[in-house]
Amino acid sequence: MEYQQLKFFEKNNRIPGGCGVAGIVNVKGNLFSGENIITSICTMNERGNGLGAGYAGYGIYPEFKDNWCFHIMYDDIRAKEIVEDFLEDGFDIVNEEPIPVHRVKTLQYIPLLYRYFIDIKRDKNSQELYDQQEYILSTIMKINKNFDGAYVFSSGKNMGIFKGVGEPEEIGDFYRISDYKGYIWTAHNRFPTNTVGWWGGAHPFGILDWSVVHNGEISSYGINRRYLENAGYYCTLFTDTEVITYLFDLLYRRHQLDFNIIGNILSSPFWEMIDREEKEKMEFLKALRIIYAPALLNGPFAIIVANSDTVIGLNDRIKLRPLVSAERGDFVYLASEESAIRCVCKLPENVWMPEAGEPVVVQIKRV
Amino acid sequence: MDTSINAYNIHYKILNEKIKILIREGYEEITVQGVCGQRYIGGGLQSKKVKIILYGVPGNDLAVFMDGPEIVVMGNAQDGVGNTMNSGRIVIHGNAGDIVGHSMRGGEIFVKGDVGYRVGIHMKEYRDMYPVMVIGGSARNFLGEYMAGGMIILLGMTERKYVGNYIGTGMHGGVIYIRESLLRSASLGKEVNIFMADTSDMDKIRPYLRRFASYYGFTENKVLKGQFYKIIPITSRPYGKIYTY
Repeated sequence: MEYQQLKFFEKNNRIPGGCGVAGIVNVKGNLFSGENIITSICTMNERGNGLGAGYAGYGIYPEFKDNWCFHIMYDDIRAKEIVEDFLEDGFDIVNEEPIPVHRVKTLQYIPLLYRYFIDIKRDKNSQELYDQQEYILSTIMKINKNFDGAYVFSSGKNMGIFKGVGEPEEIGDFYRISDYKGYIWTAHNRFPTNTVGWWGGAHPFGILDWSVVHNGEISSYGINRRYLENAGYYCTLFTDTEVITYLFDLLYRRHQLDFNIIGNILSSPFWEMIDREEKEKMEFLKALRIIYAPALLNGPFAIIVANSDTVIGLNDRIKLRPLVSAERGDFVYLASEESAIRCVCKLPENVWMPEAGEPVVVQIKRV
Repeated sequence: MDTSINAYNIHYKILNEKIKILIREGYEEITVQGVCGQRYIGGGLQSKKVKIILYGVPGNDLAVFMDGPEIVVMGNAQDGVGNTMNSGRIVIHGNAGDIVGHSMRGGEIFVKGDVGYRVGIHMKEYRDMYPVMVIGGSARNFLGEYMAGGMIILLGMTERKYVGNYIGTGMHGGVIYIRESLLRSASLGKEVNIFMADTSDMDKIRPYLRRFASYYGFTENKVLKGQFYKIIPITSRPYGKIYTY
């Protein structure tokens, strides 16, 4: 689909706004309802303008935890038929259903929303896990790139992304987020500035079990996008945040770098700061900046990135967007504003603002 | 007259309207319980006699354009405290976020704990309008960015050891006082110079530090001890050459 053809194109007049992001994590992997994440993100209603909201939950499909789960949005029934034919070629479809929703009268346009719990067909299943993930990745790229009016917006195991055009309250109610139980929840409240407000462009963005919510804008989108295309990632969703998702998959899963190094790549220190480091570290940071120059994220951002085992909060290197984190017991909270944490955790043991460019990494340690 | 209201689950527009009505009715001390993220509290209020006490975490742009009242926050504050504030006083019994005192034109801000990035950005002074900010802890990068007037004092009395880098980047007016223990060689921006604070400097900041001590229950000795340094701009037009045409 072409940019101009987007049915739900929102005539955007570039109002400088700030999106809102929030995340709640149980570090022991215990499940809790999505209710709190709705309360948290709705505290920051002023940060959005009703043109996008979404949630990501991990651990929400225990009954299908070993199946890949695709959430797909279709413009029409024709797109659905074509994509389902395509899926049946490569996958055993274990379960297929419309994503359960509540009617929310205020939502104007709603695409067809389906979810599929699938297995890669047996003859392809002999490959290693690494290849399975590559296979899923290429399948999603094919669907998003080649089939008009069909977008896979969630594709991990035992996790799901739910998003659309509306206020966070409406979207949370629509997808019945409080009916699910997860050990990680992230949420987004959108105020689109440079790109269109449409269902596919709402956050979180996801690929495999990654999800990304983002406040800010990526000025280096063009460079990042070309760099990712060389690695087989195609940006099809008209929103800059998409590149962050693919960069995390590329750097962590394929290049097997740890999150602090990824932080140094995406949000790298200034040359001036690198020059002040001791020799060994200086050379390492220099090498990163040179090798991964096209992966540097330029522009203001605060992001919360999650996969099944980790949650990462990261700011741009000069802190042009807010991010606050807090802890209490087994819970870790991240949000654009402290109030979004206090409304679900009145007395955190510890509240702090992460340093610009230094990732907050929360590991899930299942007991 | 004093009164107390609860802000729990109330939208900022309604809360701020309520506060205005109470002031119009003649209340001079208003306590607000259960504040959680409501923006613009105290925004544009013009009464000199009013005191507003907030429990909880007020939202962004607390006291924006405020002209006169005193606001006390019994907790942390978020970003943009005192944005373009004209006069009055804000006393925060916790930490505050980024861009505290953004474009502040007058009045006073006291913060017991630490503050975030770009604090005092675009602060300015004019004749008898002289904004002052006293921070009990430390500040992150870009303190006093593009600062044009007024005074910022940093005391370093929290666990945060150092002030952030690039202090006074683009600064062309005003003054920043920092306790020696917070400074590192790398801290300064290109457009500023640093001097040891002398007796006349100490005479200037002492009254504010005494008040700081009294608001938060510190001894005067604790607040005043140690050597202070003064950071001032090298030139009043750092970018004069860039913008000539």
